[in-house]
Amino acid sequence: MSQPVKLPRWIDIGVIPALNILAALLVSALVILAVGEDPVKALEVMLYGAFGYDEAIGYTLYYTTNFIFTGLAVAIAFHAGLFNIGGEGQAYIGGLGVGLLILALDGWLPWYGLLPLAILAAALFGGAWAAVPGWLQAYRGSHIVITTIMFNFIASALMVHLMVNVLIKPGQMSPESREFAESAWLPQGHEIFAALGIDISRSPLNFSFLIALVAALLVTLFIWRTRWGYAIRTVGRNETAAIYAGIDPKKTVFWTMALSGALAGMVGINEIMGVQHKLLLNFTAGYGFTGIAVSLMGRNHPVGIVLASLLFGALYQGGAELDFEFEQITRDMVVVIQGLIILFSGALAYMFNPMVARLVGRLAAAKG
Amino acid sequence: MKQWVLAAIAAIGLGTAAEAAEFKPAVVFDMGGKFDKSFNEGVYEGAERFKKETGTSYLEFEVTNETQREQAIRRMARRGANPILGVGFAQGPAIEKVAKEFPDLSFAIIDSVVDVPNVQSIVFNEHEGSFLVGVLAAKASKTGTISFVGGMDIPLIRRFACGYVGGALWANEDIKVIQNMTGSTPAAWNDPTKGAELARSQFDRGSDVVFAAAGSTGLGVLQAADDAKKLAIGVDSNQNYLHPGTMLTSMLKRVDIAAYNVFMAGSKGELKPGLNVLGLGENGVGWALDEHNQALITDEMKALVAQAEAGIKSGEIKVHDYMADNTCPY
Repeated sequence: MSQPVKLPRWIDIGVIPALNILAALLVSALVILAVGEDPVKALEVMLYGAFGYDEAIGYTLYYTTNFIFTGLAVAIAFHAGLFNIGGEGQAYIGGLGVGLLILALDGWLPWYGLLPLAILAAALFGGAWAAVPGWLQAYRGSHIVITTIMFNFIASALMVHLMVNVLIKPGQMSPESREFAESAWLPQGHEIFAALGIDISRSPLNFSFLIALVAALLVTLFIWRTRWGYAIRTVGRNETAAIYAGIDPKKTVFWTMALSGALAGMVGINEIMGVQHKLLLNFTAGYGFTGIAVSLMGRNHPVGIVLASLLFGALYQGGAELDFEFEQITRDMVVVIQGLIILFSGALAYMFNPMVARLVGRLAAAKG
Repeated sequence: MKQWVLAAIAAIGLGTAAEAAEFKPAVVFDMGGKFDKSFNEGVYEGAERFKKETGTSYLEFEVTNETQREQAIRRMARRGANPILGVGFAQGPAIEKVAKEFPDLSFAIIDSVVDVPNVQSIVFNEHEGSFLVGVLAAKASKTGTISFVGGMDIPLIRRFACGYVGGALWANEDIKVIQNMTGSTPAAWNDPTKGAELARSQFDRGSDVVFAAAGSTGLGVLQAADDAKKLAIGVDSNQNYLHPGTMLTSMLKRVDIAAYNVFMAGSKGELKPGLNVLGLGENGVGWALDEHNQALITDEMKALVAQAEAGIKSGEIKVHDYMADNTCPY
């Protein structure tokens, strides 16, 4: 075994992810070629579909918002050495909290009055949903991966029960609640821009994108600039050392999970208050799971997570565009392409590391 | 950017000079996907038939999440697609929203009622078709017990069940009907294993004819009937060919005709807005008779079902519509 070469930071967070995406795109190109379409044109359509016009950018950023929240949720747990697979369920329950709050208060308060309460509700519901597995991990030793994934199923069953039997608006087929009063909706992107005198097309992009960016900033400060962030990182690196430093790992695990769930729950702000404007089933659509890939790809750093979210947002939106444009590329093909990118940048994230490290080492040696 | 400017111009042009613009219909399938062997696939077949006959291709999209419904419909509209067909009740709100934004385009929606001046709402009298297969089931049953497996427990499926019971009682006053729903979420449309379980338990309770109105879940029901050598009734598309010999018939809901008609009328610029109810009289619903089930349908059954059919058409037999008052009197 050779001595591992420490890569310069810009290579680790810049070159390696780029190489991973490139490899994924190459394999995708082969798949697209195999079904008889032109891969170059497909890439063009995908890029154009994600960034080419204002409505597309709106959709891309709308997906990005969800991924930032779930990505941050996974990352913060990861810093404490916890693998939170339950983002999906926590987002679901967070959305339930938001929905219940707005259903109760939407005639009384305008959106800016509701928003702080809704954020609180999303964080409380999502956080509580994650805190139970967190408590079980910390004090009973039940593995977090198992319990969080089980909680996803419980969340889904609970939502089904509530939507079908309790919250459904009577006299309709789909299990959905009534629509919120319009005054409770978050301002849409096109409305915000219209207020500034800029005319853009309507899309689901809304105020919560800004909340997501603020959340990313706060998480950065929290993890690297506060005592609690230090405790989380210490527990994640070395639990024994943490105990020596006077940190209670059990308490840390519990609160980290609660915080992680709170962040995942914020998806509810975007989806329920910002886009759907009613409670419904399956609004999480896999964003919680994609958050894992986003966090891995973003190296668990909020800046990386925002960028990775943008990439996945573009994949979701551009992927839908592929389905529109090409006869042979169906929605299943789009999932294959997304899967390849997750595979290369998530699961095989370090595949190119040794190669690049050797190359860098050789270059450094040549320079002397 | 150029093609978008062109598309926008085309969309604007469509309103003023419909003849000049290229005719391009569009269909947005729902989450089941266009190859679900049932509802969405029926629409797909109708659209394909239109394409084959006229040589006009159409735009299509299969949605994968809640937000995409509206997005897809609006994308089609922006491209100047006309008419735009939404498939399934879940697309109702999305069609309503986009139709209001594009008052110059025509829209159609299957299985939902959208009250906007440029939308045709296509609904089917499922209870009438179910009545007919109920008559056949009652006549074919030797045990005096028949059964029903529904998909998701929604008023629409109860409408199937209620019509079925009504038909069976009309043919045989002493018939016993067992009913089960697969579940209360959309997952109930896609659970063949549970469908088969339900059918088997119904057979154990004496049923020898089962009617499945449950999307892909129904495939499990039909298979269970084949395994147990009981009779089964398919739904939506003609499913008789799936298990020849044990398929008594299929209750047809002609979404293919509906889709074909929407596109055809659209191509002539004659798509009428408003409610379009397809019942027995319009051949929108019915029962399937082909080489796969000929041997099972006796002349007596044929005569009786023809009598029922005539009775419904003339108004002599009133089939109760569950969705009219959310009750089933039978």
